[in-house]
Amino acid sequence: MNAFIHHFSFEFRTGIRNRQLLLMNYLFPLGFYVMMGFVMAEINPLFREDIIPAMVVFGILAATLLGIPDPLVNARENGIFRSYKINGIPSLSILIIPALTTMLHLVIMAGIITATAPLLFDAPLPVNWLNFIVIFVCMAAACAGLSVLIGVISPSSRVTVLWSQLIFVPSMILGGLMLPYSMLPAAAQKLAQLLPATQAMNAFNGLAMGKEAAFSPWGSVAMLGAGGLVAFGLAVFLFSWDSRNARRRGHPLLALLALLPYALGIVLLAR
Amino acid sequence: MTDRVIEVRDFRKVYGEFVAVDGISFEVRQGEIFGLLGPNGAGKTSTLECLEGLRAPDGGALRVNGVDPTREARQLRDVIGVQLQSSGLPESITPDEAMKFFCAYHKVAPRFDLLDRMGLAEKRRAQFYELSTGQQRRLALALAVAHRPQVVFLDEPTAGLDVATRVELHALMRELQAAGTTIILATHDMAEAEEMSDRVAILLGGRLVSLGTPMEITATGAGLTRIAVRTERGCLNAADGNIPAVSHHIFKEGYDIYFSTDIGPTVSALIAHIQKRGDTLIDLRVERPSLEDRFIEITGAGGHS
Repeated sequence: MNAFIHHFSFEFRTGIRNRQLLLMNYLFPLGFYVMMGFVMAEINPLFREDIIPAMVVFGILAATLLGIPDPLVNARENGIFRSYKINGIPSLSILIIPALTTMLHLVIMAGIITATAPLLFDAPLPVNWLNFIVIFVCMAAACAGLSVLIGVISPSSRVTVLWSQLIFVPSMILGGLMLPYSMLPAAAQKLAQLLPATQAMNAFNGLAMGKEAAFSPWGSVAMLGAGGLVAFGLAVFLFSWDSRNARRRGHPLLALLALLPYALGIVLLAR
Repeated sequence: MTDRVIEVRDFRKVYGEFVAVDGISFEVRQGEIFGLLGPNGAGKTSTLECLEGLRAPDGGALRVNGVDPTREARQLRDVIGVQLQSSGLPESITPDEAMKFFCAYHKVAPRFDLLDRMGLAEKRRAQFYELSTGQQRRLALALAVAHRPQVVFLDEPTAGLDVATRVELHALMRELQAAGTTIILATHDMAEAEEMSDRVAILLGGRLVSLGTPMEITATGAGLTRIAVRTERGCLNAADGNIPAVSHHIFKEGYDIYFSTDIGPTVSALIAHIQKRGDTLIDLRVERPSLEDRFIEITGAGGHS
């Protein structure tokens, strides 16, 4: 327990000390939130209704997909995992603790957005706080799981960026953050349902913000939860201590199984 | 506990078609400082990594304090301490945090005294990337020994260190040795290996080509012993042809310098010659071939070791 506390404490402080992580955990999401609040709310007044869930989801995407994988890849490539292995630090701690500390930073970031949006942009607060928190935790866990998985399977920082952007960019366009899900073409809607951001926005709308969900909001929560668990499980399974150790337990393409809960959801939750 | 702390038997490691280590065997006794030498690609790193449990051997048997590094990883981590060549710490961690962090996983109290001893007292709250290379290496060493392991692996421990820190590190190694700690020292610094090691093993092309004390290894070579003699009246110049076992002779800075293949007959003959001529011996120096000379002779490596 003592070891966990020291590890958690160090990783949490790293999220502020490290400039790249500070940018992804706070500066980028909060800067984008302020900009969108002032610009987008002027262009489209209806955006005020979505500003809290949309910017919280954006913050989660930025802090996890853009913040978690690269340090994992660098740590593996620089021999830090080897040092951890020699000193008995378990692989589970190496994967789970950065995800947990990022989630704690996200709580702070989401708290700032939720507290200031009504004052700055006249944004409505959630009508069901408990559901809001449950959805937030599920979304953060789902994205943290995917991010850890990307960090585990990526052979280099350049590939990490590619994999992360493959989820981040479609999430921004199709995830319901800027454009309502209902306005997407039918084919794009199906593709969008593969993204955690779409599921989170659907759940926030139906369960926390007092709006109508496009499809089963509890189904979305279930998919986020299952997606997070599958992604973490795959990350633990595919983890390797160093890149020179060729004996990985499975092919990196197995990581695609992390999308399975979302793909099943498209079939099971179709209206 | 057995006196043999490390046992390596017919150890073999291959990477695809490449045989990195080809059936080597050696033992290291408790409290020894054991130098592992060899040019790049000789198999040192593979040997160390398998002993440290980072890789699995492809043949033979390894034991570290009775523990199988491959199958008993949990027990191994309390037995060994490793100072990696690349320091292996996150760039934002501070020496204080690293000490707490690693000691917590080893379930021992943090050894902040080691940070002070390694000259890191002023840098305890600096981030790892802010430390100089020497400071990073000192921190890695402090962390490697903080949980008082029975076996310590040091990979190029003094690379990038200034003279004072190097002396302090050597003193710490002697202190660990006196406390019964076994030290495996992988280094390219032959002077360090000769000074610090009780025994050394020289690897070449994945094979063990020499094993023994530095004295034994240097004594078995074809290297020439350098005998420098200075007399009051310089009577030796004329004696060149009469001195046995001499390969060649030079005169430098007032000294007659003989390169001998067998020092006993050479020195006896020189002294006899000086007495016979009624001259007086002022200075006599005998310098055996160094470990570095012998290493170069064995590996044929010249400058690339």
